[in-house]
Amino acid sequence: MYVAVKGGEQAILNSYRLLDEYRRGDPTLPELSVAQIASQMPLAVARVMAEGALYDPQLAALAVKQAAGDLIEAAFLLRAYRTTLPRFGATLPIDTSAMHLQRRISATFKDVPGGQVLGPTYDYTQRLLDFSLLAEGREPASPPSSGQGLDPHMPRITDLLRDEALLEDDASAAGDPEPVDLTREPLELPAARSARLQNLARADEGFLLSMGYSTQRGYGNTHPFVAEIRYGTVEVEMHIEELGFAVTVGCLEVTECQMVNQFAGRPGQAPCFTRGYGLVFGYGERKAMSMALVDRAMRVGELGEPADAPANDQEFVLYHSDNVEASGFVQHLKLPHYVDFQSNLDLLRRLRAGTCPLKAGVVPPANASGDGHAVASADDSAASPTKEVLAS
Amino acid sequence: MTSPTAHRPTTANSPPAPVVRDPNYNFGYLDESTKRMLRRALLKAVAIPGYQVPFGGREMPLPYGWGTGGIQVTASILGPDDVLKVIDQGSDDTTNAVNIRRFFARVAGVATTTRTREATIIQSRHRIPESPLREGQIMVFQVPIPEPLRWLEPSEAETRTMHALAEYGGMHVKLYEDIAQHGRIATTYDYPVIVNGRYMMRPSPIPKFDNPKLDMSPALMLFGAGREKRVYAVPPYTRVESLDFDDHPFAVEQWDAACALCGARDSYLDEIILDDRGTRQHVCSDTEYCTERQLAAQGGKP
Amino acid sequence: MTAARPLLSARTLTRTWDGVHGCRDVSFDLYPGEVLCIVGESGSGKSTLLQALSWQTPPESGSVWYDTREHGFVDLAILDDAQRRLLARTDWGYVYQHARDGLRMHVSAGANVAERLMAVGGRHYGQLRSSASHWLQRMEIDPIRLDDAPSSFSGGMQQRLQIARNLVTHPRLVFMDEPTASLDVSVQARLLDLLRGLVSDLGLAAIVVTHDLAVARLLAHRTLVMRAGQVVEAGLTDQILDDPQHAYTQLLVSSILQH
Repeated sequence: MYVAVKGGEQAILNSYRLLDEYRRGDPTLPELSVAQIASQMPLAVARVMAEGALYDPQLAALAVKQAAGDLIEAAFLLRAYRTTLPRFGATLPIDTSAMHLQRRISATFKDVPGGQVLGPTYDYTQRLLDFSLLAEGREPASPPSSGQGLDPHMPRITDLLRDEALLEDDASAAGDPEPVDLTREPLELPAARSARLQNLARADEGFLLSMGYSTQRGYGNTHPFVAEIRYGTVEVEMHIEELGFAVTVGCLEVTECQMVNQFAGRPGQAPCFTRGYGLVFGYGERKAMSMALVDRAMRVGELGEPADAPANDQEFVLYHSDNVEASGFVQHLKLPHYVDFQSNLDLLRRLRAGTCPLKAGVVPPANASGDGHAVASADDSAASPTKEVLAS
Repeated sequence: MTSPTAHRPTTANSPPAPVVRDPNYNFGYLDESTKRMLRRALLKAVAIPGYQVPFGGREMPLPYGWGTGGIQVTASILGPDDVLKVIDQGSDDTTNAVNIRRFFARVAGVATTTRTREATIIQSRHRIPESPLREGQIMVFQVPIPEPLRWLEPSEAETRTMHALAEYGGMHVKLYEDIAQHGRIATTYDYPVIVNGRYMMRPSPIPKFDNPKLDMSPALMLFGAGREKRVYAVPPYTRVESLDFDDHPFAVEQWDAACALCGARDSYLDEIILDDRGTRQHVCSDTEYCTERQLAAQGGKP
Repeated sequence: MTAARPLLSARTLTRTWDGVHGCRDVSFDLYPGEVLCIVGESGSGKSTLLQALSWQTPPESGSVWYDTREHGFVDLAILDDAQRRLLARTDWGYVYQHARDGLRMHVSAGANVAERLMAVGGRHYGQLRSSASHWLQRMEIDPIRLDDAPSSFSGGMQQRLQIARNLVTHPRLVFMDEPTASLDVSVQARLLDLLRGLVSDLGLAAIVVTHDLAVARLLAHRTLVMRAGQVVEAGLTDQILDDPQHAYTQLLVSSILQH
């Protein structure tokens, strides 16, 4: 005799306990501290802040710990937390030309005012596993002596090009409109550049990387050059009404990438370089560069260029870039779907009972919802227990 | 979502301890201005039955795909005197329904029930309860893909234009094709409807068996798609017509079998496989309806 | 054929994508039941002109006027998107060079033909099916193929199906972009014959873009010759082909004769 299954709630509670145990791992090993994660895995923390769309290294490190290292799950935790935070106001735009730099490179000129500053980068390491890291307690290398320190005069390369009128102007649109805020309003298409950039800033790094890569392989080539990459700290200022001036409320680490691409010019507009822009929280060069490639690829419409590659398709990029959305929807397939499956089963049995072969060239039927739950082949050839009646 | 250490450990046989209201969260988790924004979107949706209204969705502590749209709708209309029922696949006890109910118990402390008759708000995934709804009740549906034309046209810009111009011919192509190939319409759930004679709507993945319950219902039907950031609505006593042809009218499923537990012949039945010889049994999908019928048959009071 | 007023008029129509390439300064009138051919080599701007005339892209300058059923003879620029889309789906047809651009390739021939009827309210499956069957026969496709998808059809059959799909709502004007160019030479003649008969039976007006003067000769009452975005010669087809005035037209005509 069939007895209806109960105990869903207990099963959930048990799963929490098993998860806690899984996350803790071998209890004889010291527990990872949030401070250790924040300090010794800064690139994981940076990615979580960027995709979680919340700048707080400690909270991001906590999320990494709670998520047992799953960075997309950690970003989700930060996003959900972000929903509960009140908004005091908006800061002034950060000024990356005043960045306290740790790294600054340009691929477009051999030498630039202020020079090429490599900073802490994996770029020139040889990717050989360093087994000495298996042991703990190795003293970190002492940083190079700063000598004269960095040149205080480090203009942005793009500013230099713009001043020569070789790079398109980046002045605000007429009337200086408010940027779109996707965390407050739904995305509208065609999307304003501010909405696109915000979407990309929160986007999954892997998705942007692949999209950017596709533009280099012929799916919408924009001939990019890295004008400048900057990584360092910027001050964040807010205008306080009561004081009548702006005060610094904190600082952020950001990575900025400006790419320049060639542009053929249009009637009434002389040819010049065009910009692709990337900006992320923390140290995230791969993401910033990918973002710049995809930003430029989505500008083809406004620049009158052909728009036939996936990276040119604003809807395609903007609707599939968010890994919290993507992860949820992909994984939701694990949820029970047996009611709908039931109705498909019955239809299939009925169709097989009155079998007629598919006509030439016709794609087999799917549900009108088109959600991929096509009528599947079944082994069961028993007559269907259901029939259909007209809805009264 | 919840830290495991916030719950006292239980043995396998004792019922889980009730969830305590967490005062660190605003009532319903969302802040008041977000709830207001959502209610404004819902009012717009009610004013234009079946039309998808965009809203500024927030990330919730449950993943997209797990009902964040339904949760945001419920959160924005929930009041301290409401009685909430949550079901998934027709049952109060599936893990997803339990999870959502616990969420609202924690962030709202609102009374919950399994009894359809007692609920003021019923949040549901994939079913409409068998017990008839009454005026004053609100159904909140969890919607994965709100756009009925999405299979035909991946572009959102284009589908919005098609709705604006009532260009629905493509959907009928799908139905025509089913009849040409199989002699009948092959869509069995999330069956497209026309609301108030104007907008085409997806009723969420409810089986077509449930579509007639939408037509001229005394209850208010709200639909929330969290990931796609759309809400839509069917006000009470609104015409909801399932698409069909004049000579191939819309038809619902009916079983030869009755529910093995309560004997019902008028409810949607789930198929249970009992053994490895393929023995099957059918039981009501709506567990509350089934339980009520069983109790009534035994002469006991619920 | 000469009615009181034109069905469609172009006035100094200009549409380029870089200020140079496209069509410039095109003017003509088209009367009901008249077939106009636009001939030119590849790159002459003829396809751009067709897209501009059918308002798939708005013109840079100049105008297109059409004798609509509901609003009379109007400049298409004053209609809103909804009205133009409705026009395109009912009173106009557009036949693409490649049938796959104008058909649903994996849906049956019957559904392809019946779609426009369903879009304007057709709700009786049996009647839709018989209408579709009638049109297949009209286009010399065996109605036994009604439930087959066009992906299983030959190129010529696909093109005939595309045309049928456009004609079910009895449009008064059909735009055709190189309708025979993708077909085998042996198949082209049959299609052109069919088109000629249809145009005359249904009283259709048509604007046909082609690089093939033989298509113009067979189908068109009048012809425009395009070169580098501009119309260099216009007039009755027979006159243009038998007695070309412009040097470029003479070149075109003579190069055909040499083959």
